[in-house]
Amino acid sequence: MFDVTVRKILGDFVLDARFRSEAAVTALFGPSGAGKTSIVNAIAGLLTPERGRIAVGESLLFNSENGTDIPVHRRRVRVVFQESRLFPHLSVRQNLVYGRWIAGRAGGNLDEIVRLLGLEDLLSRRPRSLSGGERQRVAIGRALLADPMALLLDEPLASLDEARKREILPYLEKLVGAARIPILYVSHAREEIERLAGTVVTLDGGRVKSVEEIKR
Amino acid sequence: MDWFHFSPDEWEAIRLSLRVATVGTLASLPAGLLAAYALARWRFPGKILFDGLVHLPLVLPPVVTGYLLLILFGRRGPIGAFLDSTFGIVLSFRWTGAALAAAVMGFPLLVRAIRLSFEAADRRLEDAARTLGANGLLVFLTVTLPLALPGILAGLVLAFAKALGEFGATITFVSNIPGETRTLPTAIYTYTQVPGGDANAARLAAVAIVLSLAALVVSELLSRRIAARIGG
Repeated sequence: MFDVTVRKILGDFVLDARFRSEAAVTALFGPSGAGKTSIVNAIAGLLTPERGRIAVGESLLFNSENGTDIPVHRRRVRVVFQESRLFPHLSVRQNLVYGRWIAGRAGGNLDEIVRLLGLEDLLSRRPRSLSGGERQRVAIGRALLADPMALLLDEPLASLDEARKREILPYLEKLVGAARIPILYVSHAREEIERLAGTVVTLDGGRVKSVEEIKR
Repeated sequence: MDWFHFSPDEWEAIRLSLRVATVGTLASLPAGLLAAYALARWRFPGKILFDGLVHLPLVLPPVVTGYLLLILFGRRGPIGAFLDSTFGIVLSFRWTGAALAAAVMGFPLLVRAIRLSFEAADRRLEDAARTLGANGLLVFLTVTLPLALPGILAGLVLAFAKALGEFGATITFVSNIPGETRTLPTAIYTYTQVPGGDANAARLAAVAIVLSLAALVVSELLSRRIAARIGG
């Protein structure tokens, strides 16, 4: 599902990672500063590698050898960022349908996603009035509704306390079961990964340390 | 004399001023947005020079700005002659010319305020919009522009207030014609030059103060409302 080879020099940091995973959910695991977010950005198209090849599912998104570089907005790789990045000037409902509105009719069913993520009572509120956990649920819904080809979750629980994490994890598990698209889940928390992922890619210092399958 | 009973000439000057300032400010908004965006986000050769050019009316004697407008946009000027022969538009000694002078003089203030708000707009939100499928134009229209709205309003009001008070460039470019180019400041100036005009000058000065203050208050209220909506 993910076939990623990237090389990029970012100041003193050298990202030189290569991994392949066929699992429905792939986890990127490692300490902060290991290059996890850089890999997410490279797959989303927000960071251009100096060299490499990035394929997700059936789609070749980037290949430095033949100059392939699909623009960010056409990759259909939706990202749930660590800090939610909800649009502050839009309501929760408007945030949710933003990507679907751009995608046209292709996007998901609002009622279904709202039910899946328990957002019924939040729709008319503004992002700044939401708790951290609510924000992340909206961000997940926004990504799902935008007709995703793949989903990248960049430490979606990192900014939350234990209680909030326990609040969201069940939603994530439901989502993983329902999504039927490749999911890359970034985390430095072993527990989350073991509950969600099929393949765990461990990063350290910009390099892949190991790729292991989790038996269920 | 009655403080609230304006003579037809006074009304004329007030109405004309509001029209000149409104048209001048709004007409310069598209160019102002473009210049502000270029200065905030783009790197291009000659950027410092461009920045200087945009700010020139702020530091140049207004009379010089008016003179340059006259040279360029006068009926025989290169741009003025072109506008006249191609579109039948004449700016010199018309209220539209006064609006152009007001727009040019207010332009640096407009661009400064909008540029700051473009610089402050969160790039990470723009990236999020791109990952959700928005192309460059959609990102600008649906994310950057709404986030910059308080700064755009502030810039518009500053430019409007500047346009209301514009004197030097206006009188140099389009003179002081009653009903056509005699705006509030030129009317006040004219009244101070004629015997018995002191009371008229004082009343119009009061109007200028009220209008400017109202503009500032309205802008402050609007940007507070927007800021409260957008949140920190």
